[in-house]
Amino acid sequence: MLLTTLEYVPGKTITRHLGLVQGSTVRAKHVGRDIMAGFKNVFGGELKGYTELLQESREEAIDRMKQQAQSIGANAVLNIRFSTSSITQGASELFAYGTAVVLE
Amino acid sequence: MIELIIFVCLLLAGYVFGQMLEQSHYRSILKRESLLRNISLIASKKLPDEFTPCTTSLVAGNVVISVDFFKKFVAGLRNLVGGRVTTYESLIDRARREALLRMREEAGKLGANYVFNVKMETSSISKGQRNTIGSVEVLAYGTAIKLAKDQSDNPVQVDPGMMNLRPG
Repeated sequence: MLLTTLEYVPGKTITRHLGLVQGSTVRAKHVGRDIMAGFKNVFGGELKGYTELLQESREEAIDRMKQQAQSIGANAVLNIRFSTSSITQGASELFAYGTAVVLE
Repeated sequence: MIELIIFVCLLLAGYVFGQMLEQSHYRSILKRESLLRNISLIASKKLPDEFTPCTTSLVAGNVVISVDFFKKFVAGLRNLVGGRVTTYESLIDRARREALLRMREEAGKLGANYVFNVKMETSSISKGQRNTIGSVEVLAYGTAIKLAKDQSDNPVQVDPGMMNLRPG
């Protein structure tokens, strides 16, 4: 499965266009991390727990998008975009979408 | 009275540690930026024709940075009179550069020379309500381009200014 943010793949031609595929995930972190983040809020600095959380959810969203693309028989996803939003306090949603295609 | 003392302590702690962390972060950003200068970031969608035999892969980097008590306080004061909130500007700047650096590091591990179509996504995890954790998240992503073997020996000269002018 080829994933790219470009609109085409250099040196390859698109034989079939299969439409939009997407994957999303909502994640919350456990209380311990939240308390530590509360302390960090006084001193500033990177919130490593949250960074990891978002990284994991990004990978999860990509995985789900890949699965959807595979199930409709695509071998590449082009023009991928990510979008992040916070639904409630402490939970964030990561959403990935792109165009599934069959490459020659 | 006790509350006032706690407030001043928090403010001082926020100022001292916040500044310390910010300065050390900027030092590390500048150091790593100079190390990774060989990987160019290009916002264009189109690749030059000379690149054509190449391998592409998705790369991304993200970071969450917290505000400190002092920054929050100063921004609160700023809200009364309006104008530039410089304490938050440096925070966002740090987050953006850090996310781009992490993306570049990932591209560097793959042996890529360019990252095309770089996109950035900024969001705040909390919206700045009272008693919530104020932080900013930046996600940077793009397509890493690794040139074929014969090309990387004599790299193609790219003029970034020209590339952005090409129709997408």
